[in-house]
Amino acid sequence: MAENKKWMPRWFYQMASPRWSYEIMGKLMPWFAIPAAVLLVLGIAWALAFAPQDYQQGNSFRIIYIHVPSAILAQSCYMLMAVAGAIGLIWKMKVADMVAKSCAPIGATMAILALATGAIWGKPTWGSWWVWDARLTSMLILLFLYLGVIALHSAFESEATAAQATAVLALVGLVNIPIIKYSVEWWNTLHQPATFTLTERPAMPAEMWVPLLIMVIGFYCFFAVSLMMRTRNEIIHRERRASWVRELIEKQ
Amino acid sequence: MSFDSFSEFLAMDGHGQYVWLSYAIALVLFVVNLVSPLLRKKQLIAELKRRLRREKSTS
Repeated sequence: MAENKKWMPRWFYQMASPRWSYEIMGKLMPWFAIPAAVLLVLGIAWALAFAPQDYQQGNSFRIIYIHVPSAILAQSCYMLMAVAGAIGLIWKMKVADMVAKSCAPIGATMAILALATGAIWGKPTWGSWWVWDARLTSMLILLFLYLGVIALHSAFESEATAAQATAVLALVGLVNIPIIKYSVEWWNTLHQPATFTLTERPAMPAEMWVPLLIMVIGFYCFFAVSLMMRTRNEIIHRERRASWVRELIEKQ
Repeated sequence: MSFDSFSEFLAMDGHGQYVWLSYAIALVLFVVNLVSPLLRKKQLIAELKRRLRREKSTS
């Protein structure tokens, strides 16, 4: 672009500065850490002790309060990783590459959590730990995509090349996200349909879905904290020769 | 409260092992997601400090 017109909001260009990003993330972190702690403690207490049991599944239904938030987060985190990777590819924005890199390990743990709790829930409900069902298989592919991104990152000496290669992999893998979402509608699956949709009220009573919503928001806040911690480390590592990082280290 | 006693709460009508195992795995993975960036930060700062000291002594 020759005329270099600035058509994105100001913060988008500020984000390109590692120093600015480092500082703003430091300031934002407590605003996510405190809600994360409060919501998760409240949500877990409500989920385990106060929510009524399901009339069919009994108390094993309480696994939903871990399973659904982790599955939603695993997919959101993947989308963020792909979008950040694309921004890094298009605008050559280093901080976006660092965000994308930091998403992968968190997303992988969330995919593992969703798969593990799903398997544990499947045992008393379906009588089996694992079935090769469309939803479960596409979720397993999501985990492999995360592991692929992590492995690809460690395969390159140059950070810039690694960021490009992983961004392409993440973008190609993005096709898996709608497959996960619609797998319960496109194929005959054992997995139950979505609990939350944007257009309809949940089929379960409020005392069941309110704690679930609290847990989902708590998971997102926790994810924000963990992501910012990882990205800040990444900034320090890659900007280690910059004078502001040297000053920061000397002050420690 | 959906339970009358603490032992009932632990047993969860026979589903206790599944419920508690799920929550335990979640706890472990959350701790991992907090502790690993913290350890990495410590390690990074120590490494950079060493590098700064080395540069000062050679110049």
